Amino acid sequence: MTDPVASVAALTKRFAGQSVPALDAVSMRIEPGRMTGLVGPDGAGKTTLIRILAGLIDPDRGSATVFGRPATDTDRAMIGYMPQRFGLYEDLTVIENLALYADLRGLPAAERRASFDRLLDFTDLRRFTARLAGQLSGGMKQKLGLACAMVRAPHLLLLDEPGVGVDPVSRRELWAMVKDLASDGIGVLWSTAYLDEAEKCDTVTLLNEGRALYDGPPQDLTDTIRDRVFRVGVPGAGRRVTLRHALDNPAVIDGTVQGDALRLMIRADTPVPTAVALGLAPGATLVPARPRFEDAFIDLLGGGPSGSSQLADHYRQIPQTDAPAIDADRLTRRFGDFTAADHVSFNVPRGQIFGLLGPNGAGKSTTFKMLCGLLTPSEGNGSVAGFDLRKAKADARQSLGYMAQKFSLYGDLSVQQNLNFFAGTYGLHGGAARDAIDRAIAIFHLDRYLKVNAGTMPLGFKQRLALACAVLHQPPVLFLDEPTSGVDPLVRREFWNHINGMVEKGVTVLVTTHFMDEAEYCDRATLIYRARQIATGTPDELKAMAGKADATMEDAFIALIEASDLQREAA
Amino acid sequence: MIAALLGPRLAAIIVKELWAVLRDPRARISLILPPLIQLVVFGYASTMEVKHVTIGVLDRDGGQWSHEIVQRLAGSPTVQRIVRLDSEAALARAIDTQQVIAALRFDPHFSADVSARRGATVGTVFDGRKSNAAQIVGGYIDRIVSGVSADIHLARPPPPPGSANVTAWFNPNLDYLWFTIPSLVVVISLVSATSVVSQSVAREKELGTYDQLMVSPFRVWEILAGKMVPPVLIGMANATLYLVVNPLAFGVPFTGSLWLFYPALLVFLLAVAGIGMLVSVVANTQQQAFLGMFALTVPVFLLSGYAAPIDNIPPFLQVLAEANPAKHFLIVTEGLFLKGMPASEVFAVRRQNIWHIRRRKLTESGPRLGFGFRRRACGVASVDVRWSVA
Repeated sequence: MTDPVASVAALTKRFAGQSVPALDAVSMRIEPGRMTGLVGPDGAGKTTLIRILAGLIDPDRGSATVFGRPATDTDRAMIGYMPQRFGLYEDLTVIENLALYADLRGLPAAERRASFDRLLDFTDLRRFTARLAGQLSGGMKQKLGLACAMVRAPHLLLLDEPGVGVDPVSRRELWAMVKDLASDGIGVLWSTAYLDEAEKCDTVTLLNEGRALYDGPPQDLTDTIRDRVFRVGVPGAGRRVTLRHALDNPAVIDGTVQGDALRLMIRADTPVPTAVALGLAPGATLVPARPRFEDAFIDLLGGGPSGSSQLADHYRQIPQTDAPAIDADRLTRRFGDFTAADHVSFNVPRGQIFGLLGPNGAGKSTTFKMLCGLLTPSEGNGSVAGFDLRKAKADARQSLGYMAQKFSLYGDLSVQQNLNFFAGTYGLHGGAARDAIDRAIAIFHLDRYLKVNAGTMPLGFKQRLALACAVLHQPPVLFLDEPTSGVDPLVRREFWNHINGMVEKGVTVLVTTHFMDEAEYCDRATLIYRARQIATGTPDELKAMAGKADATMEDAFIALIEASDLQREAA
Repeated sequence: MIAALLGPRLAAIIVKELWAVLRDPRARISLILPPLIQLVVFGYASTMEVKHVTIGVLDRDGGQWSHEIVQRLAGSPTVQRIVRLDSEAALARAIDTQQVIAALRFDPHFSADVSARRGATVGTVFDGRKSNAAQIVGGYIDRIVSGVSADIHLARPPPPPGSANVTAWFNPNLDYLWFTIPSLVVVISLVSATSVVSQSVAREKELGTYDQLMVSPFRVWEILAGKMVPPVLIGMANATLYLVVNPLAFGVPFTGSLWLFYPALLVFLLAVAGIGMLVSVVANTQQQAFLGMFALTVPVFLLSGYAAPIDNIPPFLQVLAEANPAKHFLIVTEGLFLKGMPASEVFAVRRQNIWHIRRRKLTESGPRLGFGFRRRACGVASVDVRWSVA
C-alpha cells in the first residue's frame, strides 16, 4: 500500500445548534493515482470533511493529515480545492479568473503561460477566454473551477460535488478529465450525491448522517448483494400496482420502476419468491441483474420501505375525465430575442406521470413554469385539470400541488405553522383543515418536529414536509421539480411509493428532472434541448432510441442530445 | 375565528406574514432596535433645547430693580450660572469666547428710571453663532423681565412702532422636545413599517418561497393585503408606544383626539407600506431591499418638514414633498399633540406650514398675527427680541 497523500482518523465534528454531529468518527485515506469517492446524500457530512482536509475548519476530535502534516499546517499551495459554489468570480472573464487564482497561489510569472495553455486545452475553454464566468453553462463553470484548482499542478485535488448542476454529457467529460489527472499520480477526492458515480471510483467512502457506512472498493460492496438483484418485465400500466405488491412481500427489501420493468432486491439468505407470490403475472420470470452501488447502499441501510402508501390510502379518488389532465399546446416563451421554450406540446391523461427531461437551461423549467402559472406564455395555450392557464389562473392553481426542487417552505416557521399556512392557502379551514393536518403529521411522522423551525430539520424530513404541504388539499394534479435530488435513497423510495400510490388514485403528475432514476418512473417523458422537444416517448422507447442494447436512461439522454447537435451542425 | 371572518386564504397569509416577522431574528431586531435607538438619539441627543446656560450681567446700575431681575434669572431652572461682568470689553470677551450665550446690560439710571416710572431699557447681547438657542434664551429673559414689570404694577405703554409683542402659542416654553418628540411618532412608524414591508417580498424571493406562493391559489390582492398587515400593525404598535411614552417621559401633552390620530396613522402607514412594497418587489435579495429602504427613508425624512422647513426648499422639491406621506402626517401629529387640531384640520388637504418663518411673521399685523399663529405655527413659534419695561 502506498503512502496516502491525505488521511483522516476518527474525525468528529459537531456544529453548534445541531443535534447530530456532522461527522462521527470517520476514517478514510486518499492515495495518489486513484479516484477516491466521497459518496452520500446531502447533509451526510461530505462538505465538512472536505473543508477539514482543506484546513478551513478544525475537527473537534480525531486527526486530519495532508502530506504528512496536520491539515491546518500543511503546504496549501499543493492542494487544489474546488468548492461547491462561490469558487469562481462571476464578473471576471475566464482568463481573469485563471490569472487571479495564479496570483492567489503564487504561481511564478514565468510558469504562467505554460500552465494556462495546458489548462485551457485540457478543459477546452480556449474559445471562451474572454467570456464572463457568470455567463458560462453549468458544465463549463465546473471545468473552469477545475482549471482554477489545477493552476499550480497540485498533489491533492479536493472536488466538492463537481457534478451538481451539470448535465450528463458534461458530467462524463469532467469525470474523464479528472480521471486523467489521477492517473498522473495526483490524489483525487471526488464527492458526490449521485450514487452511480460511486461505482466508477477506485475506492469509495460512503457517508450517511455523519457516519462512514463503508470504506473500500465499490465492487466489494456490490458483491455483497450479488445474486440478489433481479429484473422483471411488467408490461403496461400495471407496474405501479405490481411494485406495491412486490414491496409488501417481506422477502423483497427494495424495488424500483425501470421503464416497463421492475428492479427488485431480495433479502439476504432468503429464497427468491415465485412470480405469483410477488403478485406478478404467472409467466413472468425474474432475470438476474447487475447490482448497483445504490442497491448496496439500501442493503446497508437495512432495505427500503414497504410498498403501501398511507398517503395514497387516504387520498380521494380523482374522478375520471375525458379531457387530458395537463395539456400543453405549442407553449412558447421568449425573453427578448432569446426563445427559452419553442412550441412545446404534449398532453398527459389523468392518472399518469409525465417527465420533462433535459440539461439545465434547455427550457424544461420554463415549460414547467408556464404550466404552473409562474410565467405567462408568449404564444400557445395550456390547461391544468381543465382550467385554461390564461383565463382561470387561480382555479388552475387551486387544483395543483407544487413541490420545488429547493426546499421552498418557510424555514423560519415551525412545521405546524407551515402546515397551517398551506391548509389555509388551499382554502381548508376548521375541521377539514385539522383533519388534513393531523393526517399529514401521522403519515409523515412529523410529530416530533412540530414546534421546530422547518429549516433546521434533516433534508429527508424537509422533503416529507414539502410533499405533505403540496397534497394537503388532495389536488388532482401534482407538479414536482426535481423532487428527490440529493436525498438519500430511502427517502427517495418512500417518496416514489407515495407518488405511485396517488397516481393509482387518479392523480396526474408532471415531473422535471435531470436525475435519470426519476425519469424511469415516468409513463412518458419528453426530452427538451435548446428550447425544443427532441424526443418524446415512454422511458423504454427513449432508451431504444439510444440504439444500444441495455442502454440506461443516461445513455439515451446523451445519445439523443449528441444526435440533435449533429443534426443542427449539418443543417 | 379570523378564518371565518376573512376567509381561510386571507387569514392564512396574514398569520403567516406575522409569524414570518416575529420568528425571523433579523426582522425581530428591526422591530425592537430602531424604536429604541430613535428614542435615545432623538429624545436626548439631538435636542436643541436650551438648558444649563450661562448668562453675563454688566450691571452699571446696581440698584433694586436690576438686582431683582438678575435674582429672578439666577433662580430660573434654565440658567445655570450668572457671570458678573465689569466692562463693555469684558462683555464682548465673554460673548466671543462663548463663555455666556447672552449678556444683560443695565444702564446706571435703570432702577431710578423704573422707580420714577420714566420707562427703562435693558440692553441684551446674544451670541449670534447660536441663533436658535439665543432666541430661546431671549424668550426666557423676556418673560422674566415682563414678570418683573407686571409685579411692580407698571402700566405697559404701547409697544413702539415696528416691534411686535409675540407670544409663543402651543409651546409656550419653546421646549425643543415638544417639537422633536411628536415628530418621532412619524419617524418611528415610518421606519418600522417600511423596514418590515420592504423585506417581505424580497425575503421570499431570496429564500425561494416566492414561487411556492405564486403557484398557490392566492389572488394578487390577497398576497398584497396579507403583506400589508404586519407593517401596519407594527407601525401602530410603535406609534402607540410613543404616544404613551411621550407624555410620561418627556412631558409633551397630547391635546388632540385619539379618534383622529389613529385613522390618520392608518392612512399614513398604508401609504408608506405601499412605497416599501414597491422597493421589496423591485429588490431580489433582502440586502437590496434593505439598501433600497435606506435610500428611500432618508429623502422621505428630509422632505417631511422635520429636518428643514418645506417653505425653505426649492419649489420642485416642494412638489415632491407634497407627495410625501410623512410630510402630511407630520403636520397632523404635531397638530394633535400640541394644538388640539380639530377634525376639519386633520382631514383638510391643504398647504400647511409647521415651521413658522419669523421674519415674515414680524411684518404681519396684529389681529391676523394671532390667527395665523393658531393655524400655522407649531412647536417652535417665534419671539421678538425687544421689550420694554415702563
